[in-house]
Amino acid sequence: MKYETVIGLEVHVQLDTNSKAFCGCSTEFGAPANTHTCPVCLGMPGSLPVLNEKFLKHSIRVALAIDCTVANFIKFDRKHYFYPDLPKDYQISQYDKPLASNGYLDINLDGQTKRIRILRAHMEEDAGKLIHTPTASLVDYNRTGTPLLEIVTEPDLSSADETYAYLTQLKSILEYLEVSDCDMEKGSLRCDANVSIRPVGQKELGTKTELKNMNSFKGVRDALNYEIKRQEKQLDSGNPIIQETRLWDEAKQKTFSMRTKEEAHDYRYFPDPDLVPFTVDSLTIENIRKDLPELPQAKKVRLTAEYALSNYDAAVISADKHLGLYFEQAAKQYNNPKHICNWLMGDIMNYLNTNNIPAIKLKDLLPAKKLTAMLELIDQDIISGKIAKKIFPEIIATGKEASAIIKEQNLSQISDTSELESIIRQVIAENDTVVEEFKSGKDKALMFLVGQVMRKTRGKANPQMVNAIIKEQISSS
Amino acid sequence: MSINKDTVKYVAKLARMKLDEDKIDDFTGQLDKILTYIEKLNQLDTENVEPTSHALAMENVFRKDENIPSLENDIALSNAPEKENNHFKVPKII
Amino acid sequence: MDITNLSAAKLLDLLNKKQISSVDIASAYLNRIESLDDKIKAFIHLDPEDVLKKAEKLKDSDSKLKGLPIAIKDNFCVKGQLTTCASNILAGFKPPYSATVIEKLENDGALIMGKVNMDEFAFGSSCETSCYGPTHNPWNLDCAPGGSSGGSAASVAARLAPWALGSDTGGSIRQPASLCGIVGLKPTYGLVSRYGLIAFASSLDQIGPFTQDITDSALLMNIISGHDPKDSTSVNTKTLDYLAGLNADIKGLKIGIPKEYFIEGIDSDVRDKVEQAIEIFKKAGAIVEPISLPHTEYAVATYYIVAPSEASSNLARFDGVQYGLRVKDGEKVNDSALIDMYMKTRGKGFGAEAKRRILLGTYALSSGYYDAYYLKALKVRTKITDDFNQAFKKYDCIITPTSPTKAFKLNEKTNDPLAMYLSDIFTISANLSGIPAISIPCGFTQDNLPVGLQILGKAFDEQMLFKVGHAYQQLTDWHTRVPEGCK
Repeated sequence: MKYETVIGLEVHVQLDTNSKAFCGCSTEFGAPANTHTCPVCLGMPGSLPVLNEKFLKHSIRVALAIDCTVANFIKFDRKHYFYPDLPKDYQISQYDKPLASNGYLDINLDGQTKRIRILRAHMEEDAGKLIHTPTASLVDYNRTGTPLLEIVTEPDLSSADETYAYLTQLKSILEYLEVSDCDMEKGSLRCDANVSIRPVGQKELGTKTELKNMNSFKGVRDALNYEIKRQEKQLDSGNPIIQETRLWDEAKQKTFSMRTKEEAHDYRYFPDPDLVPFTVDSLTIENIRKDLPELPQAKKVRLTAEYALSNYDAAVISADKHLGLYFEQAAKQYNNPKHICNWLMGDIMNYLNTNNIPAIKLKDLLPAKKLTAMLELIDQDIISGKIAKKIFPEIIATGKEASAIIKEQNLSQISDTSELESIIRQVIAENDTVVEEFKSGKDKALMFLVGQVMRKTRGKANPQMVNAIIKEQISSS
Repeated sequence: MSINKDTVKYVAKLARMKLDEDKIDDFTGQLDKILTYIEKLNQLDTENVEPTSHALAMENVFRKDENIPSLENDIALSNAPEKENNHFKVPKII
Repeated sequence: MDITNLSAAKLLDLLNKKQISSVDIASAYLNRIESLDDKIKAFIHLDPEDVLKKAEKLKDSDSKLKGLPIAIKDNFCVKGQLTTCASNILAGFKPPYSATVIEKLENDGALIMGKVNMDEFAFGSSCETSCYGPTHNPWNLDCAPGGSSGGSAASVAARLAPWALGSDTGGSIRQPASLCGIVGLKPTYGLVSRYGLIAFASSLDQIGPFTQDITDSALLMNIISGHDPKDSTSVNTKTLDYLAGLNADIKGLKIGIPKEYFIEGIDSDVRDKVEQAIEIFKKAGAIVEPISLPHTEYAVATYYIVAPSEASSNLARFDGVQYGLRVKDGEKVNDSALIDMYMKTRGKGFGAEAKRRILLGTYALSSGYYDAYYLKALKVRTKITDDFNQAFKKYDCIITPTSPTKAFKLNEKTNDPLAMYLSDIFTISANLSGIPAISIPCGFTQDNLPVGLQILGKAFDEQMLFKVGHAYQQLTDWHTRVPEGCK
């Protein structure tokens, strides 16, 4: 049978603030266990929460960037469940009146744009971390109380790839807003997926499973692909899907049922009496909206218009805020944007990916000025593209200018006709047979001869000139 | 609405609180009496009445996003019934 | 001169004149506690050596209070000192921080004497649910001092401390003050920071003073009131000098007497004494008129949804993970070792009344019942508040009895929770509405038990309560009486 997939996502984003949601403890990642805690985030008896102003502001920025309606009246509720990572045994969250609702996010996949509706986004506090030893469980409350925004989509995603695209797009927006580092490995972005399948044409949704424990975007995609297949196999073999939570096992590349007797949740939400309500008037919301930076979608459109980049190139470059900034910085100093783009999308991205360097570091490693200076050397035929590819890692490694490296290593292109003529004469003399082959019309033979010249000049010969001189010498011989 | 023994047991479980078997009847009877008394609220029409969740109508109380020194690890853990390796220790969660 | 029979203001005067020292005062109270507290059992955590050490330190202090001691209800966090809410579940708990009011007191040179008894987590009206056993009423040791701040009230009534701090969620300051014959104020919600007060019901809890007279109450309010950025519900208003204006005339003041507070079931002695007090106000020139607060009869029902609901949430944290009691041994009650620990810890740590309130609150908030109970109660709360708003449009203050009865015998109501709950019938409304209310002594019953009258005012109009109360105390001497056994 043919099935279609229905996926809804719940993404938890840690918002980047200095202090926690309701107390002054640091949100810094990686501190020694239980050193970023105080009576408030430890839920000590008598302690009281006070809302971090920046938490609300960041949340509103995100909500507006994903085109949500921001509520004018904001309140916090307590969500109760007993668990050791939750010191008060309730989480301060938002229940019936979330900060934001009815948004959307457009994703691009295979040249198509699809709109993913966002149901709601609400503010809450993060829980602590549990470490399991063979005999006990240990709790670290450093993370407890870190500001979180939970963004919930409608079940509009219909494949693992769409989900991946959604996450990438969301991450890109969050980075543009500078509100989160979105590092799934550090847990600053976490994602749970509800997934179900149904026979094509069926209206009712199938039974869903909830996937957890994915630690990267790739993990989300792999887990969904696995789970979709698993559900298909279940249905094809006449077995029902059980509504349950399943954990993604990265090592085994499989999802596993949590197999816990899940009690029916009864969170006993009620308005937190320790926090007062908040009102945000429309003017304030509009002012925050005006302050939003240019977002990836808008940047993409502008890059195609302003720099004549292709849709694809503009999309790749605008997807990463820092790549986009770098591009525009370089384009200010050098007027062949296509050339910059080719380098960025080719060798430079390759280099960054291979060495696992985030784009934000690029401006320090290879200041745009150094890149454009190198590109100018190519344009002026002082070095070949090939030499440029060779030396650009050295520019990064040593911090030297391209021109300096060329000088030191004597790499500037040989464009002196007489020098090239004498080398080519030598090559022709040494390769009679190949010359004959060329004469009989084998183009490959020319490439071999060019290669020989390059070898003798250690790649410094201007290839166009070499081509022309070889042809000329052979034809006149 | 009246409350029975099973509801009391369910609620006790929800509140993670063991009740002595021989006390459950007492609790059930007492809670039933209290809830019956509370039913007098239904005599009032509250159709268009706004709920009051806070004693005073206050709003927009914030703090600045500034760090305040945290507790030292040993102070944070000073009341812990069990601890290990600078962590709070709890029975193994499966 | 008997130091322990002087009011805080008088002691302060002598300290300022250097006629006595903080050590003299501390020693006098320690001696008195030594001789009387075996019978009264007000103090539950007291370290006499530490008290003397602190007194020595504060001896030549040029602070405001110069080492004047104060007794503290055991639900205030005091850094490094046992703070248990009179509950087994907080056994051994020493908070790593102090409540804002404790810091304020210490900054002004108060000597924190020790902790006094209370109903467990302030759940009760008799101080009998304490895990340390009950405190006895200094006027009759067979009687309860009232509650929940029974230790605070008894300590001041028996002159074991010049004054004390308590908390009031449904009458926990005013009712014991009334039953012990002293002054107890529940300030406007938000006037005193709750930071560091172990929460019972966050939207109702308020901290206030127990004192011998109105002047001391105003003096203590000058120290503990004021905005606290650590408490979101703390009001940011300018601080007032509550001592100013105490002597203002009450001639022409309009006082409302709500008919709903003089119902059947009220002790005739109580009714008589309050009515006599009203006559005194009339003589002093106040205009006294009957009024109606029609939703009064719904206050107890409303309260016993709102307060336990919040309490069930606030007390969830007592789970054996970070502090206090942990029970792991014994018969297994759940397959999960964690849930087993939770259930046994909370089963053993909480007393019967705490369990009842947690059950009641958990039930009221649970799925399917929220609208019928919790939301309904919040709406009735609005109506009760509206009653007061209407009344205060015409009247400067309202006078009622504080408690429908005089002090009752220990164990008299322990098996009938609802009867116990109904003893808060006159005090609860002020908490639901957030308004200030004070109880002052207004006479004695035939069997020599104190009677208190309650003055209620507009939000943040504590000055009105002080003015009216002070005027009364200028014309009467009930507040100067000391229990026979404590002379």
